[in-house]
Amino acid sequence: MTELIIKNGFVFDPLQGIKGDRMDIAIKDGKIVETSALSNPKTIDAAGMAVMAGGVDIHSHVVGPKVNVGRLFRPEDKLFKSPHKKWTRMEMGSSVPSTFKTGYDYARMGYVFVNEAAMPPLHSPHVHEEIRDTPIIDNAAMPVFGNNWFTFEYLKNHEIENNAAYTAWLLRATRGFGIKVVNPGGSEAWGWGLNCEHIHDPVPYFDITPAQIVKGLIETNEYLGLPHSMHLHCNNLGNPGNYVDTLESLKLAEGYAPKNNFGRDQVMHITHLQFNAYGGDSWGNIESRTEDIMDYVNAHDNITVDLGQVTLDETTTMTADGPFEHHLCSLNHLKWANTDVELETSAGVVPYIYSRNVKVCTIQWAIGLELALLSKDLMRVFLTTDHPNAGPFTRYPQVITWLMSRAARDETMKTFKWLDRTIDATSIDNIDRELSLYEIAQMTRAGPAKALGVSNTYGGLAPGMDADIAIYPLNPEDMPSDPAAIEKAFARCAWLVKDGVVTVRDGEIVAEPAKRTVWVDVKVPENAQVQRDIYEHFLRHYSVQLDNYSLFEEHLHNPRVIEVDTT
Amino acid sequence: MKTVILTLTNPSELMLEGQNITPDNFAGKKATEIATLDVWEGKQKSPLGKYFTVEGEGGATAADTRIILHGNCSRVKRIGQQMTAGEIVIEGNADMYIGGWMKGGKVHVKGNVDSFCGIGMEGGELIIDGEAYHHLGSSPRGEWRGMQGGLIRVAGDVGNDTATFINGGTIIVGGDADIHVSTHGEGGTVIIKGNAKGRVGGQMVKGDIYVYGTIENPLPGFKMVGEVEQEVDGEKAHFAHYIGDLGERHPVSRGKPVYANIYTRL
Repeated sequence: MTELIIKNGFVFDPLQGIKGDRMDIAIKDGKIVETSALSNPKTIDAAGMAVMAGGVDIHSHVVGPKVNVGRLFRPEDKLFKSPHKKWTRMEMGSSVPSTFKTGYDYARMGYVFVNEAAMPPLHSPHVHEEIRDTPIIDNAAMPVFGNNWFTFEYLKNHEIENNAAYTAWLLRATRGFGIKVVNPGGSEAWGWGLNCEHIHDPVPYFDITPAQIVKGLIETNEYLGLPHSMHLHCNNLGNPGNYVDTLESLKLAEGYAPKNNFGRDQVMHITHLQFNAYGGDSWGNIESRTEDIMDYVNAHDNITVDLGQVTLDETTTMTADGPFEHHLCSLNHLKWANTDVELETSAGVVPYIYSRNVKVCTIQWAIGLELALLSKDLMRVFLTTDHPNAGPFTRYPQVITWLMSRAARDETMKTFKWLDRTIDATSIDNIDRELSLYEIAQMTRAGPAKALGVSNTYGGLAPGMDADIAIYPLNPEDMPSDPAAIEKAFARCAWLVKDGVVTVRDGEIVAEPAKRTVWVDVKVPENAQVQRDIYEHFLRHYSVQLDNYSLFEEHLHNPRVIEVDTT
Repeated sequence: MKTVILTLTNPSELMLEGQNITPDNFAGKKATEIATLDVWEGKQKSPLGKYFTVEGEGGATAADTRIILHGNCSRVKRIGQQMTAGEIVIEGNADMYIGGWMKGGKVHVKGNVDSFCGIGMEGGELIIDGEAYHHLGSSPRGEWRGMQGGLIRVAGDVGNDTATFINGGTIIVGGDADIHVSTHGEGGTVIIKGNAKGRVGGQMVKGDIYVYGTIENPLPGFKMVGEVEQEVDGEKAHFAHYIGDLGERHPVSRGKPVYANIYTRL
């Protein structure tokens, strides 16, 4: 029976519309309660500080085989970056940190929930073993569907019911959270050395187009009523002129309305949009097309997006978009790893340096920030760096500072070698908007939690929700004039309470409360055809037996099941 | 210049991690302060004074500080790691990573050293009177930005994987080199005054290698293009000139591809 009361803080909770009011937050047995429910609580004095729900990251590559490939083939990422710590586990690495460092660093920044962005279904045991080893933060993981042979065959014939039954089976087999789609069709085409750059390019040998895959998966998602929507990494990522394809992808959501019991309002989440908002037709004349993209996103309520903000660091790119990684390797000539995962997906890993001396990189930096600054509804635009693709998640505080301070943006821009050309190719220099703490709370906790369909548990401070609370040493009535002070405050929260346990104090880990694996269990009517198809495919095409494929219970760590019943 | 004399009087049971033995760390410190600097034996942290007697004092800056090590340091690693200036003289043998990630100054080892010496070097001088083992002047594990600058001079033989991913600077080997020289090199110069065993210049993009003796197993990716006279390390000689590695990508400068060069003495 632990009771805590957080007194006198400035509370920001966009889910309840609380904008910096001075309030007390009461905690009892790991949940937020009414202050009247407490008898003899311990007090946390949050006077002069900002109190928010624990952070929620909608898209981050933190666990699983490709992250581990990154760790294995980048030993230099750990060199001189593995500080000796007091009582916590050894922390290593920077762009692909060890599991322990991942959990600790997220906690130090006040985050409590991280959604692993791409789980190859065949390798789900590995994903769950790493989830178990990542301390403190709750994790979910989305299996990839956008290049799956079963999905292709069902959607080719528009068999939504069958695809839904297969999806439900795969979510259960992998203990997955939602439908992730990476370069639909393109990663499969990569098996033949090809790609699907445009959404109407047919997938070789499958007689289906990326557009059909995306629409079919939106329909499947809403047929099942999953907590999260279809989560899309668009085709033609990272190429000049791709904003046209991105707009076409966005338009695929037209006419669809969300159908779920989890408070989610979108049918499509576009991830790391920064990589898909490029104009021009070559690296020489690449330019920002964020205005076209954000005009569309602002006008359509059934879409959410996240940034994929470039942080101008040396990092490690990793994605289930195999052809893109090969393309990247031929640009920077650094080491490259690629793999094909049987019938399901492919992936690649390449180190990358986003340099202030390279025009393309500084334009990418501006594009990410513009997406947020041009948004009219920050409950639908979320902060990510597509960790570690555009930068490590540990740079979120820097990104927040850029969004909150024009001075911080100017200071960074002064260091660019091609400042004039960057300003010409983007609109960043014309934007004076500075986001408020309330808007940051929307982008980093309330918005992502709502889009993931977990806003009854995470991302807010209403009684009955998990007692996950981050307290930042920032006084909204007296915000520091020095942007560096904002960055410092978000990098090391004053307090993090996770499940009612004081986990971080003054930026240092003081406890490791039990972490959870969040997954979605969907009940569907028995479907003999799908069961037979699965049996047949495993017999003919898979390297493993069906009985050995599904995750064994011992791999699943401390589950929190979200149940969906469609029967 | 002020001098600090370290004498290894109480050798460690395990290898000693001596990355704090640099002029940068010793500058401005008295003998008693230097004796309290950390060294690691396995995972145990101890003061330097547990193993060494310390005499003298550091100069005002690293550049004003000379460190002389006496005693058998063949199990002391990382001496001079990341140093930027000043001088270190090791009067006998030393272990791995001597002069690793050096930015400036000078390290002089009067005996032999083990592997990984001069790794990731950016500047300064590393002089070894004896032999060196593997990965001399190489890049750290996984790193594609190898030696950037500076000079490494080894009087005797070297082991394998010398100068992997070399980008700049010069390595001069008085004796023979084992397999793999300048693998993935993109600049810099390696001079081998003895023989080389094989795989010299594999996947090399740019840079120069001179071999005075013979290459036992030359790589097929290199093509002979002529004979040249060149001045190398202060003496003129005739060399056969090979370009390559023809299986690798090559940058283009003024419309012409830039190749790596191997020169073998005629």
